[in-house]
Amino acid sequence: MKDRISWPLGLATIAVLLFLHIPFLLILLYAFNTEEAAFTFPPPGLTTKWFAEAWRRQDLWAAISLSSRVAIIATLVAIILGTLAALALSRSKFFGRDSLSLIIILPIALPGIITGIALRSAFSLLGLKYSFWTIVLGHATFCIVLVFNNAVARLRRTSPSLIEASLDLGASSLQTFRHVVLPNLATALVTGGMLAFALSFDEVIVTTFTAGQQQTVPIWLLNQLTRPRDRPVTNVVAVFILLVTLLPILISTYLTRNLDDLSRTGK
Amino acid sequence: MTNSSVRFENVNRHFGGIKAVDKVSFDVKEAEFFTFLGPSGSGKTTCLRLIAGFEQADKGQIFISDKLVNSIPPYDRDVHTVFQDYALFPHMTVLDNVAYGLMIKKIPKPQRHKQAEQALEMVRLTGLGNRRPAQLSGGQRQRVALARALVGRPKILLLDEPLGALDLKLREQMQVELKELQTQVGITFIYVTHDQEEALSMSDRIAVFNHGKIEQLDHPRVIYEQPKTSFVAGFVGTSNLIEGQLAQKLSGQTSPFTIRPERIRLTQEIDTAPQTIKVAGTVHDIIYLGMYTRSHIQLDDGPLMTVHSQNLDSNSSSPKFHKGDRVNLSWAAEHMHHLEP
Repeated sequence: MKDRISWPLGLATIAVLLFLHIPFLLILLYAFNTEEAAFTFPPPGLTTKWFAEAWRRQDLWAAISLSSRVAIIATLVAIILGTLAALALSRSKFFGRDSLSLIIILPIALPGIITGIALRSAFSLLGLKYSFWTIVLGHATFCIVLVFNNAVARLRRTSPSLIEASLDLGASSLQTFRHVVLPNLATALVTGGMLAFALSFDEVIVTTFTAGQQQTVPIWLLNQLTRPRDRPVTNVVAVFILLVTLLPILISTYLTRNLDDLSRTGK
Repeated sequence: MTNSSVRFENVNRHFGGIKAVDKVSFDVKEAEFFTFLGPSGSGKTTCLRLIAGFEQADKGQIFISDKLVNSIPPYDRDVHTVFQDYALFPHMTVLDNVAYGLMIKKIPKPQRHKQAEQALEMVRLTGLGNRRPAQLSGGQRQRVALARALVGRPKILLLDEPLGALDLKLREQMQVELKELQTQVGITFIYVTHDQEEALSMSDRIAVFNHGKIEQLDHPRVIYEQPKTSFVAGFVGTSNLIEGQLAQKLSGQTSPFTIRPERIRLTQEIDTAPQTIKVAGTVHDIIYLGMYTRSHIQLDDGPLMTVHSQNLDSNSSSPKFHKGDRVNLSWAAEHMHHLEP
């Protein structure tokens, strides 16, 4: 028999969930608001003109393009480096292995402001100018963690004798990677990559320190908030960001749900 | 004279301070069913991994078909392994699993699938090629692993406790099938197990491992009938070890000896037959085991002896002896086996 949830607990749960999610719904609602600057509830009227307005904004398109390119490149870098790091740390034993693993995971645990300041001073020390690549570098630090964690978890659940079996049957290390390791990691890498993309796309703090004058979508949004006019346009963009980041997260959750029966088949 | 298949010459493999394999030498003949028998941690699996190439020898030489292979990687050795956990590739179908080695050898798809299907037929899994390993039972996976290792026609097949995960009935059936398969394909099988019955029933020869060394290497009958050391006597079957003064008193020799429980007779009266060793004791306990009865007898001036008596009389519903009874133990002198001092 399943435990029944007592009604005060159930009520509290619903209250907390509403508190967390009603703002999303409000953003969605005010994206259609006819009022320009103020938030009166209920909105005096609904309109889709802000979507057209947003569509016409060249600076917004530039920001979306920058954010997308950064997210894609940072994710690719994360997938390659994260996979290699995961393989190295799970397959071999060497002095300092645990410390290294901690160092890889650290950027996601550290406050973004620390990572940001550290990168900023490193860039100025190296004489690097702020560019597309400085943003990518900043994002890659925490994107790697997502791929790495997913890959390590998958490798831990894969029987190590799979690799030996492949070598035993005549495959070289490279062939083994291509035919056995990679297919077994695939869904884990896609999952990690999706999360990395979502995280990169809406990242603000590290970007503030590594972007210079460039504007990614979240930074564009922050700048818009300081101007009282066109407030509903920011809501339109917020809805857009919500979708761009939510979809990969939903897809990756869906992929990991099927993962359990996939990974137990090694035995 | 038959050719050498796998030969170890004073091979050492140490892990940190542990001598996993300690100066081991042996010579496996071609087409032989050779078993490494021993408890866990005795070095038998490490020896197998040394042959496969997953481990490197620290000292000594390893030959496969008279060729030194110490520095040859696993993928260049003509040796395939059946892993303890089967190690089937979960993302491939059964057929692709079996054909994996052929794919690596760049054999065209139709041909390798045909060969893989033949291999599946050989292990009686016809028609299951399209399934995933996850959809098979333990016994079926074990057969897929066998087919995958055999399809490339290796010179040597290594089997690492392949029946360990199966239940008793299936295990006994697979023992027979494995032995038949080996005779049929005519290649060398090197088999690792801790199960002495498995080793006795299938092997041409057995190497008994203990603490990284081979304690005895011989045919199953010799291993059982003439164990060289007390470890072999105790690990392969059950044995009574008699040493010290009692050994001298009973056998006339100072070296310790073993006597198998099934060679001892239990009687109320003293056995008068010539050439028999006689000793008296008290029944400690009696365990009925269906086919035979196991009795533990405390000798008056010696150890607790184990005696196995066949249950030949189907009518007797009560045991012949009871706890505390005085009994006489006797056995023919020829059944005593003296150990190396």
